[in-house]
Amino acid sequence: MSLRTILKAVSLPLLLLTAAGCKPSGPTSSEVTLLNVSYDPTRELYAEYNAAFARHWAKEAPGAAGKAPPKVTVNQSHGGSGKQARAVIDGLEADVVTLALAYDVDMLRQKAKLIPEGWQQRLPNNSAPYTSTIVFVVRKGNPKGIRDWPDLAREGVSVITPNPKTSGGARWNYLAAWGYALRQPGGNEATARALVTGIFKNVPVLDAGARGSTTTFGERKLGDVLIAWEDEALLLSKKISPDEVEVVIPSLTILAEPPVAVVDANVDRKGTRAVAEAYVRYLYSPEGQEIAAKHYFRPRSAEVAAKYADRFPQVQTFTIDELFGGWSSAQKTHFDDGGVFDQLYRPQR
Amino acid sequence: MKRVLPGFGLTFGITWVYLSLVVLLPLAGLFLQTFTLSWEALWAAVTDPQAVASYRLSFGAALAAGLINAVFGLLVAWVLVRYRFPGREVVDALVDLPFALPTAVAGLTLTALYAETGPLGSYLNQLGLKVAFTPLGVVVALTFVGLPFVVRTVQPILEDLDPSLEEAAATLGASRWQIFRRVLFPNLLPAVITGFTLAFARAVGEYGSVVFISGNLPFRTEITPFLIVTKLEQYDYAGATALAVVMLLFSFCLLVGINLLQQWSGRRGRQPGH
Repeated sequence: MSLRTILKAVSLPLLLLTAAGCKPSGPTSSEVTLLNVSYDPTRELYAEYNAAFARHWAKEAPGAAGKAPPKVTVNQSHGGSGKQARAVIDGLEADVVTLALAYDVDMLRQKAKLIPEGWQQRLPNNSAPYTSTIVFVVRKGNPKGIRDWPDLAREGVSVITPNPKTSGGARWNYLAAWGYALRQPGGNEATARALVTGIFKNVPVLDAGARGSTTTFGERKLGDVLIAWEDEALLLSKKISPDEVEVVIPSLTILAEPPVAVVDANVDRKGTRAVAEAYVRYLYSPEGQEIAAKHYFRPRSAEVAAKYADRFPQVQTFTIDELFGGWSSAQKTHFDDGGVFDQLYRPQR
Repeated sequence: MKRVLPGFGLTFGITWVYLSLVVLLPLAGLFLQTFTLSWEALWAAVTDPQAVASYRLSFGAALAAGLINAVFGLLVAWVLVRYRFPGREVVDALVDLPFALPTAVAGLTLTALYAETGPLGSYLNQLGLKVAFTPLGVVVALTFVGLPFVVRTVQPILEDLDPSLEEAAATLGASRWQIFRRVLFPNLLPAVITGFTLAFARAVGEYGSVVFISGNLPFRTEITPFLIVTKLEQYDYAGATALAVVMLLFSFCLLVGINLLQQWSGRRGRQPGH
């Protein structure tokens, strides 16, 4: 009870921000407000997408004949993926969630039954309209000669990554390294553990979130290499400090599929199902895909991908289902208390 | 018994309802959530070596920060009350700034300053002193957020302290040190202890500024509130509240102890006058 109270208190500012719109959004009203609860790096992406969707909905909305075009306003909420999922579980009235990992979305089902089983099959491509991957950002000219995962475990290389216990992005980083080692000739559990142990030995700071790590590497100038989402890496290398850093793509990495879902329990209560479903589906449209690509997320559509080919070089990837049996099992083995990540830091007995 | 002051029943009732709503109810909820764990699971969660290491850092750093603030906060209050100098009002206002600044901003700023590449950090680094991403950095952040408490509790007491007391002591032949030790200090001690308690309690629960400067390395620079967040991240609400309860019980015992100490010092402080 009390925890819910605390979390509600935390999310209160968000609620207040959206409360104005949440109240009068009945199904017959021509003005609808949606709340999209998302994670940190998608802030700019959805700012642009929301405006595009509002224009699209005004033109295409069903049943609008003879009436004024329906107006839709989409409010965004951003934060760490896990924290956002908990806010929704604890009562934040999200119509749509667009989070960093399927594990967090699935918790809406496991913990609060807000979405049904099989939610990930409701939309194409595992409900992930865009993908990203895990890459390296190094100092300009790559002075430490970092090319691939084993270089991160070398002595004298300082690696920046967030804490996998608190950051969804950091879990992708960790699993990318683990999977790389598994896929090498002669790779097995032991070689994977050796590589990951070596990498984390080189990590001087474990920030709580992905943006924190980007700041540590970009602003504080700490570390020789930052392991990051490709979208964050490209943002840093193309927009924020193009003269100081560059991106290195490892020979093999993980395919990150950030999923989107309509929150059934909430849209049914608020009567916003039609527009919420249109909202997530429109992400797959040419315009939606274009906006994703513009903000450095890899589009699913082949045409849009071809258009932005210079931005997204070919990369060898594996998925979490292929190597780890899905998020729930990966979370349990690696990141829960007493899991492999904790063991890396336990003093040797 | 007829009371001289009217309204006891009403105000007492309101006080209880208010305290129950604002403090007791949430705390009861916290304990209830913990009791969803079995005793073994609860014990395992709170005695986990990683958790124990975090208690040591959380309480140790909070204590250190509280003590630093007690000494320097007293000094700041003294300067603000007893001397008139240009810009005094500005300094006075500066003291409250740590209250107003969002703690995350404080954390980011301190980290930028004290990181190896920061303006202060690079200098300290040459002297072989690392602040950011070490336990020392945690103390620095907690000292920052706790500063106003001591100054603001000592200031009004010092203002009300009649300078003629010191003059009287001086005419009776007391040395400056004796005046401080026998006249000033006993009068100020209860306020200093209150300020210390507030600063300490604030520091124990601090999260926002510390996560930036500590680096969050397991067993080395993880504070207990951070561990609580890692448990929430696994949707382990019961485990998170178990740690919270430990912090709460620790803090409660410490605060009761400090209160007793304060009563004792208050009584001692008043004696010479009566």
